Amino acid sequence: METKQEPILEVKNLSIQFGGLKAVDDVNFKVNRGEIVSIIGPNGAGKTTVFNMLTGVYQPTNGQIFFKGEEIQGKTPQNIVKAGMARTFQNIRLFCDMRVIQNVLLGMHTNTDYNFFDLVFHTPKYRKLEREKQQKAVDILKFLDLDRYLHDYPTNLPYGDQRKVEIARAIATDAQLLLLDEPAAGMNPEESEELLSFIRSLVTKGFTIVLIEHDMNLVMNISDRIYVIDHGRKIAEGLPQEIATNKDVIVAYLGEEEEEDQLEEVEHA
Amino acid sequence: MKHNNAKKNLLDTKPKKIAALVVMVALVLYLPKSGLLSPYLVRILTMISLYSMLSLSLNLLTGFTGLVSIGHAGFCAVGGYTSALMWQYLGLPWLVTAICGMIMAGVVGLMLAAPTSRLSGSYLTIATLGFGEIVKMIALNWQSFTGGPLGVNHIERPEFFGITLTTFNGGFFYLSIILTALVTLFVYRIVNSKMGRAFMAIRDDSLAATMMGVDVTAYKMKSFVISAAIAGLGGAFYVHFVRFLDPNTFNFDISIIIISIVILGGTGSIPGSFLGAALLISFPEILRFASEYRFIIYGLILVLMMRFKPEGILGGHSHRPFRLMKGVESYGN
Amino acid sequence: MILQQVFDGLTLGIVYALIAVGYSLVFGVLRLVNFAHGATYAFGAHIAMVVVVSTNFGLFWAIIISVIMTGLMTMFMDRIALRPLRAKKSKGISALITTIGCSYIIQNALMIVFGSRSKWFPKIFDYGNFQIGNVLVKSTQVGIITVSVVLLLLLTFIVQKTKIGLAMRAVQQNAKAASLMGIDVNRVISFTFFLGGASAAVAGSLISGYYQIVNPQMGFIAGLKAFSAAVLGGIGILHGAVFGGLVVGLAESFAAFYIGGGYRDAVAFIILIVVLIFRPNGLFGKKVIEKV
Repeated sequence: METKQEPILEVKNLSIQFGGLKAVDDVNFKVNRGEIVSIIGPNGAGKTTVFNMLTGVYQPTNGQIFFKGEEIQGKTPQNIVKAGMARTFQNIRLFCDMRVIQNVLLGMHTNTDYNFFDLVFHTPKYRKLEREKQQKAVDILKFLDLDRYLHDYPTNLPYGDQRKVEIARAIATDAQLLLLDEPAAGMNPEESEELLSFIRSLVTKGFTIVLIEHDMNLVMNISDRIYVIDHGRKIAEGLPQEIATNKDVIVAYLGEEEEEDQLEEVEHA
Repeated sequence: MKHNNAKKNLLDTKPKKIAALVVMVALVLYLPKSGLLSPYLVRILTMISLYSMLSLSLNLLTGFTGLVSIGHAGFCAVGGYTSALMWQYLGLPWLVTAICGMIMAGVVGLMLAAPTSRLSGSYLTIATLGFGEIVKMIALNWQSFTGGPLGVNHIERPEFFGITLTTFNGGFFYLSIILTALVTLFVYRIVNSKMGRAFMAIRDDSLAATMMGVDVTAYKMKSFVISAAIAGLGGAFYVHFVRFLDPNTFNFDISIIIISIVILGGTGSIPGSFLGAALLISFPEILRFASEYRFIIYGLILVLMMRFKPEGILGGHSHRPFRLMKGVESYGN
Repeated sequence: MILQQVFDGLTLGIVYALIAVGYSLVFGVLRLVNFAHGATYAFGAHIAMVVVVSTNFGLFWAIIISVIMTGLMTMFMDRIALRPLRAKKSKGISALITTIGCSYIIQNALMIVFGSRSKWFPKIFDYGNFQIGNVLVKSTQVGIITVSVVLLLLLTFIVQKTKIGLAMRAVQQNAKAASLMGIDVNRVISFTFFLGGASAAVAGSLISGYYQIVNPQMGFIAGLKAFSAAVLGGIGILHGAVFGGLVVGLAESFAAFYIGGGYRDAVAFIILIVVLIFRPNGLFGKKVIEKV
C-alpha cells in the first residue's frame, strides 16, 4: 500500500464563473490516499459545483486538478472515470428501468473490453469478459449486502439501499477515489449510523473518499480532515475538532441566511 | 418467433427448449406448404414478419435508447432504392444488393445522427422527420437515376440456389422469417451486452450515464446507425417482394405504423415488437370497414398508450429473474 | 431580379416566423417540441376555407372564426392529451410521442373530411399588382406582410407587457416556483397553446391565400420549415423565431430561383442541420448549463 501522505487528488486555485457569478472562487484542497475528507458548507456554497468540476461536468474557468499526479481539468467525464474517480449524486440518479445488477454492470462500462464483433458473435472473449463482469457485479452487491436485490429495479428499493446501489455502481468503475454527494440525505439516524460504518469499511478496502455532507454528526465522526466552503470560497480547513470550534465556520452556518438562499437559486439556475 | 419466445418462458430446461425450437421450425417450414393457408394469408404473415423486423429496429432506438425516429421509412427507402438500383444497373444478386442497402442506410443514418446526437432527443426526432421528406424529394427529382415518380418496376425476385422466391412457393415467407430471426438474435445480443446497457442508461438518465463513463454521443450514434441499417435491410426485402418502388412506397405513414407497433407492443420489449406487428398489420385486414380510419387509429394508439400504458402491452419492468451467465455464482439469489 | 427574390422571400419568411413563434412559445413553457403544430396550421387553413366556401361571411371573418376554432382545438389537445401526462409526471418522450400522434390524427381527420386532394382557397388581399423599381409587388404580399407584422407585434406585446404574458415568462423560467407563487400553470399553458394555435391558423390562411390552395398535408413541410426557423433563432426566443423565419424564407426563395423548385423545400432542412452542427442553441440562444 502507498503511504498515507501521498496525495491522490490535489486541487489548485479552482474557480468557475457562471455569467458574472463566481460560483467557486480560488479553492485549494488536497486528499491523501486512504483518507476520508469532507467538504461542508451552507446550501449553495458551491460544493456540488466542485464535484462537477472534478468529474468533468463543468469546465473550470481557472485552476488545476491533479488526480494521481496527472492534470485532469478539461478531460471528458469518461476519461476521468477511466482514470479512477467516480461519484454519486445528491438526488439519486440510478437507471430506473434497468435492474440493480445492470446498474452495477453499467458502472463497469469503461473497463469491459469486448467490441461489437465480440458481442454479436458471442466470441470466447465476450463470454469470458461478460461472465467475469457479472460475477464481479454480484460480488460487489454481496459486499454491500445488496445481493438480495440483484434482480430488482432500483425504484422498488428502500431509499437508503438506493443510495448504496449508487455507491455500488461507483465502485464498479474500479475507482480508487469515490466522491459521495450527500449520501446521508433523507436517511433516519439509524440508517446514517449504518452508513457511517459502511463508509469506514470502504476505506479499509482501499478506497479514498471525498464527502459532501450536511449531517454534522456524520461528518465530525468520520472525517480525517474537513474543508469548509462558503460563497464559493474556502473559509476553513482542518481536523474535525478544529472545524467545530472555528469562528468563521460558525458564522457561516448561523448567520447571513438570506444571502445563502439567493446564492442557492443562482447556482441552480 | 413470437411463439418461440413465449414458449421459452414456460420451458426452462435446455432439451425442452431445443425440442420447442425444432417444433417451431418444422411448423414454420410446413405452414405455407400445408394448404391450410391461402397465398393471401402467407402474404400477411410475411408482412407481419417484415414489420416485426422494422419494429425491432425502431425499438432498439426508441425502446432501448430513448430516441424517437419518425422518419424510419426513409431508411427503408434508402435500403430499397440501393437494392433496386443496384439490381437495375448492375444486375447483382439480391443478397449482395440487400447488404449494400443495409450499409447505405447505416451510412445515411450516421450522417443524420452525427449533427444531432449531441443534442436533446427532440432535435433528432425532427431531423428524422425532415430526412424522410428529403429522401422522397431526391427520389422524385433525380429522375435520370431513380426513375422519378415512375419509380423502379418489375424488380427481380431474389433467387437462391436456382430457386426464385415467390409468395406461392413460400420463398418470401421463409426469407422473411430467416431475416427476422437473425435480426431478433442480433438485437437480443446487443441489448444483453455492454452496448445495450449503455443504450438503456442513456434512455434512463443520460447525464448519469456520462458520469459512469459512457460516451453518450457515440452510443446514440451507434444505436441510430444500427437501427437505420436494419430498416434498410427491411426496405431491401420489401421492394423485391412487391417488385415495385416509387418515392411514395416508404412514406410518412409507414414511419407512423412502425412507431405505433413499437409503442403498442412495448418499448424495450423484443416480444412486444412481434405482438405489435401481429396486431397492427392484421387489423386492417380483419376490420375492413375501418380501413378508412386506420391512420387515425394509429395516431390514437400513440396518444392513448402514452396516456394509459406508456410502456406498451409487453414493455415495462420484467417479473422474471435476470439471466446471469452460466457459471456466475449468485449466492442463492 | 435579386430584389424580387428578396421581397418574395421576406413574404414567405414573415409567415414562417408566425408559425415558428408557435413552436417557440410552447417550447418556452413546456420544453416540448410540439409536433402537432404543422397539422394545426393545416387545420386553421381548412377551417378558414370551409367557412369562406360555405357561408357568405367573407375571408376576414372566416379567418377570425378559424383563429378561434384552431386556438380552441389546440387548447383541447393540451387538455385531454398532454395535461394528464404532466399530472402523471411522465417522461418527456411521452409528450413528444403524444404530439406526434395528435399531429397524425389531425392530418388524417382533415383527409377524411376534406379528401386528400388540394382544394381552392380564395386569393387574399387581392387589389392588383404594382411595380417598385424592378420589383413586382403584389397587394397580396403587402397584406400578408402587414398582417404578420401586426400579429407578431401583438404577440410580443402580450408576452412582454400583459399580466398573462408575465405569467408565461414566469412559467418559462421555473414552473414550480411560478405555481408556488399562485400562478395557475395549467391555465398559462392552455393560453400558450391557444396563442400558438391562433397564430398558426392565421399563417395557414395567409399562405393558402397566397398560393390559393389548401391541402391536408400542407402542414408537414411548413411545420418543418418553421421549426428550422425557430431553431435557427434559438428555440424559445421570440425575436429569434422571427429572424429565423425571415432567413428561411429568403433562403427558400433564392434556392427556388437558382437551384429549381423541386428542391426548394430541402433548404430549410439543410439550414436546420447546419445550425445543429455549428450553433445548436441558435443565433440568439444562450448555452444551457445542465443541473446535476
